[in-house]
Amino acid sequence: MAEIQNYTLNFGPQHPAAHGVLRLVLELDGEMVVRADPHIGLLHRATEKLAEQKTWLQSVPYLDRLDYTSMLINEHPYVMAIERLLGIEVPLRAQYIRVLFDEITRIHNHLLSIGTQALDVGAMTMVLYTFREREDIVDMMEATTGARMHGAYYRPGGVYRDLPGQMPRYEVNKFKNAKTVKALNEARSGSLLDFIEDFSNRFPGYCDDYETLLTDNRIWKQRLVDIGIVSKERALQRGFTGPMLRGSGVEWDLRKKQPYEVYDRLDFDIPVGVNGDCYDRYLVRMEEMRQANRIIKQCVAWLRDNPGPVIVDNHKVAPPSREKMKGNMEELIHHFKLFTEGIHVPSGEVYAGIEHAKGEFGVYLISDGANKPYRMKLRSAAFTHLSAMDEMSKGHMIADAVTIIGTMDIVFGDVDR
Amino acid sequence: MGALTAFFKSLFLKELFQGLAVTGRHLFVRKITVQFPEEKTPQSNRFRGLHALRRYPNGEERCIACKLCEAVCPAMAITIESAEREDATRRTTRYDIDLIKCIYCGFCEEACPVDAIVMTRIFEYHGEKPGDLYYTKQMLLAVGDKNEVQIAKDRAQDAPYR
Repeated sequence: MAEIQNYTLNFGPQHPAAHGVLRLVLELDGEMVVRADPHIGLLHRATEKLAEQKTWLQSVPYLDRLDYTSMLINEHPYVMAIERLLGIEVPLRAQYIRVLFDEITRIHNHLLSIGTQALDVGAMTMVLYTFREREDIVDMMEATTGARMHGAYYRPGGVYRDLPGQMPRYEVNKFKNAKTVKALNEARSGSLLDFIEDFSNRFPGYCDDYETLLTDNRIWKQRLVDIGIVSKERALQRGFTGPMLRGSGVEWDLRKKQPYEVYDRLDFDIPVGVNGDCYDRYLVRMEEMRQANRIIKQCVAWLRDNPGPVIVDNHKVAPPSREKMKGNMEELIHHFKLFTEGIHVPSGEVYAGIEHAKGEFGVYLISDGANKPYRMKLRSAAFTHLSAMDEMSKGHMIADAVTIIGTMDIVFGDVDR
Repeated sequence: MGALTAFFKSLFLKELFQGLAVTGRHLFVRKITVQFPEEKTPQSNRFRGLHALRRYPNGEERCIACKLCEAVCPAMAITIESAEREDATRRTTRYDIDLIKCIYCGFCEEACPVDAIVMTRIFEYHGEKPGDLYYTKQMLLAVGDKNEVQIAKDRAQDAPYR
């Protein structure tokens, strides 16, 4: 009699539920996963090595492209690490703007994460609703940075330019008459901060809609509850961070435990799960969006009342304004030096970690005093989470592997770097 | 009591109907669909799209071949060659941008001391064969000439922030 062998299945790299270019080799016993072996590296772009050949400033747009669902927050630890090496103090307004956009990005990431996870699980409409709100968020980003996704907005010493005083508006065309356009432009009539405030007032209602669609839904619960359980101890041993760790009931958030920028001045809570299954992680993400919304409101209120510089006045670090540069020889020299040679960072090593939407995202920099980093190491949360794929999916059905990929919230730009 | 209500809630598919009510409500709210080629979503004056080379109002090209954009370009997408012109001013003889290499970070515009290289609002360009997206000086100047009004308006609006 022939020996019955397990069936090996190739999941991805082109599978739509693989969230990018994940190639998962699944060893199946019937429909049950015996072993899951993630093969990564298909999106490897050598960001760390590329950074060694670029000036400090030039690497900023490449950081955006790591985790391409939470763009601006990726730049944050990099510029923070440079600032720590340089020993400069960032203007308070710049810190608030960064925190504001970190939280906007966090909502953006969770909207995508929950929407696509629901899509993978079979709840088709969710993604339509979450992408509608995502459109508002990319509009905010476009108005501020000039790009819908890859902003390149944070700079060592602050942010590139202040928030715009007006929002782009819809125009009358053959599909939309003046009345419709007026209604569409209502939130856009003021400044960007008005638009963000309007969004933050609307957003809790949207969250309620998502929760009505998913939280109690029996199909959603059947697919998520008790799937991919990670105990508190295992989560800590595996080096989980972010919603993955908090879903398992560990109260750990860098924003609270090692406050950076202005997080110690802001009022927010950290949600934690109980069971450590996919459902708890979903609930944690949902609550994190509401908390992020709270932070956004506080930032908007502060930014309204406190105008000021958004980048340091030290022209050895940050370029002077265009007006000054055009009228003053000294500033023109600074401008030329900064855009050709770049800044020189004192030698030393530094690690800067922040609470990224997916977990702890850290940048470790070694400088030898040149205008380029000697070495840059990126610590991404998704890579650590993906390494637990085998442990989390063992013994589950093949359809649950999809749920687990969704709950890990992996993005391959971030895993492969 | 709790168990009984939970049983009836489950039996009558309460949460499913609540979910359906959400979708049902959305049938009647204002549509947000944008009929793309004919109508467009609002676009910021800071938008970073296709590059353009600008001229001064008298028709003289702005670029003075200082090569700051070439130096700052993280993707090394810009190639510049320069020579002295007959009137003894330094100008570019070659100004190429490989749009396939370009990552649209906007550093070239930020670096340019004379506002010569700018990023326009154009995002719907395409190439049909290899090499079509390699823009030369003439092509970039043509983009600039065609859109100068919009470019100047956007720069003027954003000037206080830069």
